[in-house]
Amino acid sequence: MKIRVHVSLKPGVLDPQGRAVHHALEGLGFAGVEDVRIGRLIELDVADGTDDAALADMCEKLLAHTVIENYRIEKVD
Amino acid sequence: MAFRAAVITFPGSNCDRDMAVAIERVSGTAPIRVWHGDARLPEDLDFIALPGGFSYGDYLRSGAMAANSPIMQSVKRRAERGVPVLGVCNGFQVLTEAGLLPGALMRNASQNFICRTVALKVENDRSLFTSGYKAGQIIDIPVAHHDGNYFADDETLDMLEGEGRVAFRYVENCNGSQRDIAGVLNAEGNVLGMMPHPERAVEQAHGGTDGLALFENAIKTLVSA
Repeated sequence: MKIRVHVSLKPGVLDPQGRAVHHALEGLGFAGVEDVRIGRLIELDVADGTDDAALADMCEKLLAHTVIENYRIEKVD
Repeated sequence: MAFRAAVITFPGSNCDRDMAVAIERVSGTAPIRVWHGDARLPEDLDFIALPGGFSYGDYLRSGAMAANSPIMQSVKRRAERGVPVLGVCNGFQVLTEAGLLPGALMRNASQNFICRTVALKVENDRSLFTSGYKAGQIIDIPVAHHDGNYFADDETLDMLEGEGRVAFRYVENCNGSQRDIAGVLNAEGNVLGMMPHPERAVEQAHGGTDGLALFENAIKTLVSA
């Protein structure tokens, strides 16, 4: 079973990388970019039947740092 | 009795030797060097140090992998039993990732790696680690980090300030840290995490000795206890 874990900075947490990329996009002449936030995509291949609680536990314990990050678990067919 | 300290080395630690030298310089006894994969810590430790560096190549997040390495379970249990733990730089990142200290260390606001000596203001002069200084004292300690931008939510920051758990602040904020925080203590006061490197300021050849009082005070207090 393929899983994608999307990890993103919580709203309100400063994202220096996103800010730098935002400036770079403006420097390239792309207008109308309001904001850029950079996150992380983690792809897992787990045993079929791995339950949602176990996946959430992986995110809480390691994949995301919940002080600063949110995560979203996506199951890929 | 000889002072029993342990310095933990993770793959990618690079300040472990500096830390061991600083501790030995003050205590007269070389610390026990412990590898991250060791199942447990030596018995009867007086002091545990988590050194700076780039453990596990900073994979995932700085300190995240080290915080889940086998030895850290043992470090957590000792910390809970009151053994003093000092985490410097990557060691601070490991302590936050391990949940022994609140907050997180994020990429510097400037995006730059910062490597220079900075002025710190001593905020708390009552802890084991900081009572060799006076509150308000300005000390010069080197920093060398890319991810030193301390973040916690306002509620946590208010709590840390209210409980006197901010150990040091930057006189001039070099990395974007919330409320200029450079080092924090746990509620019991036996765990200190700080981004600046006191072990790099313990002899004149380092350019300054302002880090010495931290080790001297902690070790003297522990030895006489």
